Amino acid sequence: MKATAAKPLPHPMEDLIRMDRIPHIWCSGCGTGSVFMACLSAIKESGIPYNEFSMVSGIGCSGRGAGYINVDSFHTTHGRAIPFATGIKMAKPDLNVIVFSGDGDLFAIGGNHFIHAARRNMDITVICVNNLIYGMTGGQVAATTPHKAKSSTTAAGNPETPFNLPLLAYASGATFVARWTMLHSRDIADAVQMALNNKGFSFIEVLSPCPINYGRRNKEKALETLRLYHDNTIIKSNADLSELDIDFKRGVVLGNFINKEKPSHDEQYSKIYHAEAG
Amino acid sequence: MKPAVLTGKHFINGDVACAEGAIAAGCKFFGGYPITPATEVAEHISERLPDVGGTFIQMEDEIAAMTSILGAAWTGAKTMTSTSGPGFSLMMETVGLAVVTETPCVVVNVQRAGPSTGLPTQGAQGDMMQAKWGSHGDYEIIAIAPSSPQEMFDFTIIAFNLSEKYRTPVFIMSDEIVGHMSEKVVIPKPSKIKTISRKKPKGPKNKFKLYKPDADGVAPMPAIGDGYKVHVTGLTHDEIGYPVMSIEAQEEMMTRLLGKIRNNIDDIIMTEQYLLDDADIVIVSYGVSSRTSYTAVDMAREKGVKAGLLRLITVWPFPDALIKELAQRVKGFITVEINLGQICREVQRCAGTDIPSYLAGHAGGAVVPPEDVLSIIKENF
Repeated sequence: MKATAAKPLPHPMEDLIRMDRIPHIWCSGCGTGSVFMACLSAIKESGIPYNEFSMVSGIGCSGRGAGYINVDSFHTTHGRAIPFATGIKMAKPDLNVIVFSGDGDLFAIGGNHFIHAARRNMDITVICVNNLIYGMTGGQVAATTPHKAKSSTTAAGNPETPFNLPLLAYASGATFVARWTMLHSRDIADAVQMALNNKGFSFIEVLSPCPINYGRRNKEKALETLRLYHDNTIIKSNADLSELDIDFKRGVVLGNFINKEKPSHDEQYSKIYHAEAG
Repeated sequence: MKPAVLTGKHFINGDVACAEGAIAAGCKFFGGYPITPATEVAEHISERLPDVGGTFIQMEDEIAAMTSILGAAWTGAKTMTSTSGPGFSLMMETVGLAVVTETPCVVVNVQRAGPSTGLPTQGAQGDMMQAKWGSHGDYEIIAIAPSSPQEMFDFTIIAFNLSEKYRTPVFIMSDEIVGHMSEKVVIPKPSKIKTISRKKPKGPKNKFKLYKPDADGVAPMPAIGDGYKVHVTGLTHDEIGYPVMSIEAQEEMMTRLLGKIRNNIDDIIMTEQYLLDDADIVIVSYGVSSRTSYTAVDMAREKGVKAGLLRLITVWPFPDALIKELAQRVKGFITVEINLGQICREVQRCAGTDIPSYLAGHAGGAVVPPEDVLSIIKENF
């Protein structure tokens, strides 16, 4: 009998993915791909021509995002995605610049750049895939690892306290602040759309499992993490940002917390310097 | 609002002249961070960039400053930053990214005495080896050493041109003395200033390869938004720009990266020679030290010693062949530099052990007096 193989359906995001680079490097059970897809759908749905986007990543698992998106994309050095994006935005303010990177990259080695870009209200969108650990290097403690959680450099438990990222972003000056989990694809896409529309520094934290390097050490199976994302989260967009510590026993708060108007850095610079010069 | 080229005679310091040179070369973006003795470059260019529709930003540190000029360079802009020793150390990580992603940009190092905080307000030339080897891995770099405010203007334009032509970071290795010295600077008419801009790709966008070189070893460079959908990575990559984790890809990429400089050294290397034709003793120097070396040659000649000067305008790539050739016919070398023997090592490496080679230098803070060179001649030749 002659089998007639059905022609495979094209990937719905084929025009935004470098298909010649697939398969990607992300492990089974990793959430980065879901976050990435949600981000791509937001770009697609925005209706903005792809040539008006640029994506910048740092180093790490989610830092590979820039390598898969089919727009002008930059895979920079560890922690430096934000200053690279700042240079792009300031030299060509019409571009929509998205930073797609991880918690280790953005908040440990790149922490200084994050707070200053937020303070300046640099009009870029920063998406942080937060897996609570350094995944690519094999599971070392991060600035986001929960207190007492185990990592390869805190075998008996993390003695430190993690950042509350939405609070940090807000306190630094971000004009859009959201947190979702990778299960909330639709909400992530909506948040990215809102972030693109917000003329200022936008920050979206997305919780995402690393079953290999976080889950394994902390007795949390891949599906269990997803269940926590489903069962132990509360959507509360008017939440007090100081109560956003990640504690699944108490419940983790999600939402689009901040979306305010404030002149962006390029607007201010242009107003003060180019208007006068012209 | 002032024009890009301030044609005329000016009495300005080296740092300001450098900033004016950058504007005249077409610089449109500067990411900076304050540091003595380079601050005046940033201050002056922050005032001047809006005149030409450009943008200035003071970043949170030198890492960010250096990284921001790479991002801006990919929008098609000519970009620059300035710093001194401690900031130069912080920039080294991103220098490697600039080299491997072939991003044109100019970095001005107004050197002060190190290591560490050292002598912030006093000149030195102690970062010469860092300029060559400061970022990890193998790479070739272009470094130019100006010796006057006029050259801070002229050489900054040359630095931009080389950077654009070869798609590589170029260092201007100045020092506190030249940076803070005020002298007459003549700025020519715009029509007399030669500027080069990076090659832009032609041909179908879907067949474009980001790192496929032309015959000169340099690939054309599109800007963000041109529609080429480039992917740029610090990982070892193929001609498309995609990461490839293999020995072969590393070899191929590195051969081309090094080759694009090494195969064009005749175009890149610039030297000046003074009374070198009949010289027995060759004084090798660069930057501010070459100024005092002219005097040293004259003083030696007055005493009947046939000294001549080889002044390196480009210190990197190093003129190996020229030193080797001179070593065949002279009695010895004296390298004059404000450090404890950095370029002197290079001279010795090229001249070989059969010929004497000395250092006229010190640990930093002032110029090397010509008398020091005379003493070496007197004691050894």
